[in-house]
Amino acid sequence: MSTPDSARVLLSVENLRTWFHTRDGVARAVDGVSFDVRAGETLCVVGESGSGKSVTALSLLRLIDPPGRIEPGSRIAFEGRDLMTATEEEVRRLRGNRIAMVFQEPMSALNPVFTVGDQVAEVARIHDGASRRAAWDRAVEMLSLVGIPDPAARARQYPHEMSGGMRQRVLIAMALVMNPALLIADEPTTALDVTIQAQILELLTSVQERFGTAIILITHDLGVVAEAADRVLVMYGGQVVERAAVRDLFASPQHPYTQGLLRAMPRVGQGRDRLLTIPGTVPPPTAWPSGCRFRDRCPLAFDRCEREAPELTNVVASHAARCHVAGTPLPAAAASS
Amino acid sequence: MTTPLLSVRNLAVHFPVRSGVFGRMTGAVRAVDGVSFDIFPGETLGIVGESGCGKTTMGRAILRLVEPTAGSIHFDGVDFRALKGKALRAMRRHLQIIFQDPFSSLNPRLTVGTTIKEGLLVHRIAEGAAADQRVAQLLDEVGLQASYATRYPHEFSGGQRQRIGIARALAVEPKLIVCDEPVSALDVSVQAQVINLLQDLQKRRGLAYLFIAHDLSVVEHMANRVGVMYLGRFMELTSAEALYREPLMPYTQALLSAIPVPDPERKRNRIVLAGDPPSPAHPPAGCVFHPRCHHPSRDAACAAIVPPLEEKAPHHWCACLKQPPTIVPWGEQQRAGATHEPARHLPSAAMHSAGSLPESPAR
Repeated sequence: MSTPDSARVLLSVENLRTWFHTRDGVARAVDGVSFDVRAGETLCVVGESGSGKSVTALSLLRLIDPPGRIEPGSRIAFEGRDLMTATEEEVRRLRGNRIAMVFQEPMSALNPVFTVGDQVAEVARIHDGASRRAAWDRAVEMLSLVGIPDPAARARQYPHEMSGGMRQRVLIAMALVMNPALLIADEPTTALDVTIQAQILELLTSVQERFGTAIILITHDLGVVAEAADRVLVMYGGQVVERAAVRDLFASPQHPYTQGLLRAMPRVGQGRDRLLTIPGTVPPPTAWPSGCRFRDRCPLAFDRCEREAPELTNVVASHAARCHVAGTPLPAAAASS
Repeated sequence: MTTPLLSVRNLAVHFPVRSGVFGRMTGAVRAVDGVSFDIFPGETLGIVGESGCGKTTMGRAILRLVEPTAGSIHFDGVDFRALKGKALRAMRRHLQIIFQDPFSSLNPRLTVGTTIKEGLLVHRIAEGAAADQRVAQLLDEVGLQASYATRYPHEFSGGQRQRIGIARALAVEPKLIVCDEPVSALDVSVQAQVINLLQDLQKRRGLAYLFIAHDLSVVEHMANRVGVMYLGRFMELTSAEALYREPLMPYTQALLSAIPVPDPERKRNRIVLAGDPPSPAHPPAGCVFHPRCHHPSRDAACAAIVPPLEEKAPHHWCACLKQPPTIVPWGEQQRAGATHEPARHLPSAAMHSAGSLPESPAR
């Protein structure tokens, strides 16, 4: 799972802003996000609830419904094509074909009244115009590829007859039917037990090795990031606050939020010492603080952070952070409870 | 050691499976199937296991929120299962619970103050102005402003609601709190705040916790001892330290090796378990874990003999025929088709020694 820097850029996102125009005001859920995804790499997007990571993923496929709107000036280019100016029909042809998505909740993402084989086969029939027979064979082949035992029999089962882990495999099979160049997986293991999570992460890795699929993996779990990512975006307040290769991120986190997250995680072998915490909670997207959006939770904040919003700037080559004092270590016991 | 605060023996909860026109009982889901343990005052017993292992049902059965099918529960020396009516309600004051979901466990129509006060009034601990004052103290103790008493649950974030749930449990001054996945619905930064709060309260008030969670790193952080559950039974029970340093049960080894570690430099030989946990309505014969087991000595005896939970090392209990020593004679194993003698198996993948962990960069 390593990618040379020169690898082809598959997806390019610039200044993505997805706002929700609600009665309570404008929720700037995604507010100026830029990043690239290179062919064959795994980009992890990590953040807490409300950071904008899922809305970012949905925006890439233009799956935003009113009152949500991708604001003018946002740019999404996939394989050189501008998705913002593409017609609805063009985008629909891309979805499930060149770009596929796997969702968190494997129960609600499947239709309960069709067999899983039918649902996987449907993708081949819609996008490939495959015959009923050929599409079914392809479905069984895909189920076998994602490690479902006895795929021919399992294809005839309904979603409720399967466990959560099996359903997630079905969703991945469905996503892979058309051999997409990009797979977007939104918290694909969050609803699963840790042993099943290990199986699914392993499956994603093997799929990537075999087909060279680029993966955007959205997660809140830094452990999953460390296991799966080549590069990482850390999101907070609808913005990218840190962007780095996975090793650099864990070896020298630059943004105080990333540092805080890493210290707040209980780790096996660490004993019962008090955890270091980030005070407060994520503010609502209708009311981001002025200046730096993390400042009211940041132990390093000073007057400039309130006046001036920091830009995402490179601290060292290809390691960027959105902080006026990026790289400053947090004080040892920054805050309590 | 002192006498246990809570003593549970052979606790079982079976849910009937009914079918046919007359709703005849045709089987049973053995959600909890013969669990025994003690909790001492001021101690945290962690319970880990995957979904469906019976950990939540067990927590509720101890409070008799779900009536146990069999077994005994002694609390402070009193036979808790024999209590009825008033005596039961009075005893419940000493046993409280904190739920997983901070959104559905608070009544949306009651102010925070009313919710917390309810226990005080029911148990006649305080009334009137004294009760209000007590509510203010409790809110302060869990890190919330006293003025929040007049607000409603929807005005609070998940972490704040969990604090309210904790204040409600503390109001009646319990000796034991069952914490059922208290932090799994919370974000990492908030989770750490609640974990610290629970630890502070324990120190200050000498509380005992039964801490149920699926996240093994959280349990290790909280617990003095840990029980590992699988299909309604204890597979292993020992100190948190021994469990993470030298897990004997192959299931525990796999669980530990599956924890994603926040260190990209650390490549491990993960034990990936095949398949899913079986249904508790049809548990496998013999050792319930044997169909997914990776112990090199696993053989036909594992499918025939139910391994007893036995002390393999001082204070280290484990239910595995193949991890020596065992009281099940080799002759008996052979008659059940054993071909491999028990042999100590400790795959390196499962080990989490403190030395191999990365230094937190900002420390």
